[in-house]
Amino acid sequence: MDDLSTLWLILAAALATYATRVGGYVLITRMRTLPPRLEQALNAVPAAVLTTLWAPAFFTNGWDVRLALIAAALVSLRYPGLIMLAAGWAAAMLARHAFGL
Amino acid sequence: MNKDIVEGLKGGAIIALSASPFAVLFGAVAVDNGLTVLDAALMSATIYAGASQLVGIELFGQHVAPWLIVLSIFAVNFRHILYSAAIARHIRGYSFLQKAIAFFFLIDPQFAEAIRRAEQGRALTFTWYMAFALVIYFPWLFFSTLGAWFGSMLGDPRVWAIDVLLPVYFLGLVLGFRRKPGFYPVVAASMAGSVAGYYLVGSPWHVSIGAICGVLVAALLPLPAQPVATQVSEEATS
Repeated sequence: MDDLSTLWLILAAALATYATRVGGYVLITRMRTLPPRLEQALNAVPAAVLTTLWAPAFFTNGWDVRLALIAAALVSLRYPGLIMLAAGWAAAMLARHAFGL
Repeated sequence: MNKDIVEGLKGGAIIALSASPFAVLFGAVAVDNGLTVLDAALMSATIYAGASQLVGIELFGQHVAPWLIVLSIFAVNFRHILYSAAIARHIRGYSFLQKAIAFFFLIDPQFAEAIRRAEQGRALTFTWYMAFALVIYFPWLFFSTLGAWFGSMLGDPRVWAIDVLLPVYFLGLVLGFRRKPGFYPVVAASMAGSVAGYYLVGSPWHVSIGAICGVLVAALLPLPAQPVATQVSEEATS
């Protein structure tokens, strides 16, 4: 792919991304009141979307990734984000290099 | 210094730190797939959406039709439509220009923190929002350029377990919402939908499919006796 078409491709992708970040606002402000079911659905958006960014990784990978996610989940019940990230990373390193998973 | 600026910078710095390995990874993978350092930097600067940038890079390497690459990036980022809809009622005080700028920076952790702040009853000021956003944006740009620069020096991301950081990070964000009403059925539906979508349709569609499943379940769950908003504020005080 030549340089110019790569540039246009990146800018098109940037525009598409910006459209998704403005689109919901434009749609929602056209509606006067929020029906309670829609509000309940909107409240569920973060959990529903972010789940899709880890669940397939858990089910389609080996036990190294699974153990990392399980360890991180347990640690996150008590400790903040960065410690949880470290725990998941350490579990994956152990699983791969000490146990050869 | 303004309290909103301090809190924004503090909160954002943690995110910037945990996102920096992904930025380095993105840069390295981008160069590995035939992009120049400048292209990689331009992607981080203008698209500014980690997961979709990685999807785009993967498709660049496979020489897929350009419109399909743009569509895939749109699909991965589709969730932002829901974010900007959910955040609308909390940023009524922003001017048109402030809204236009704020939406550009509406990434996953920005949304998660902004909503958390609003639900705790604190004002979602533009000052806090931009302090939080910019302290993530510039390191993201810097580290993706750095990663592209060092390119192949990182080697196989599996050796240093770089690849597990992304799912672990997203899992952590999800677990932070576990006290919200309807959390477990929503997450279960989203899990089932995304895994089924992954096998039956393929990546990146599983993101939108799983998200739609979770949101649909939330819409169909019985409504609480009291308004949702009241319940959330009670939770925050308990």
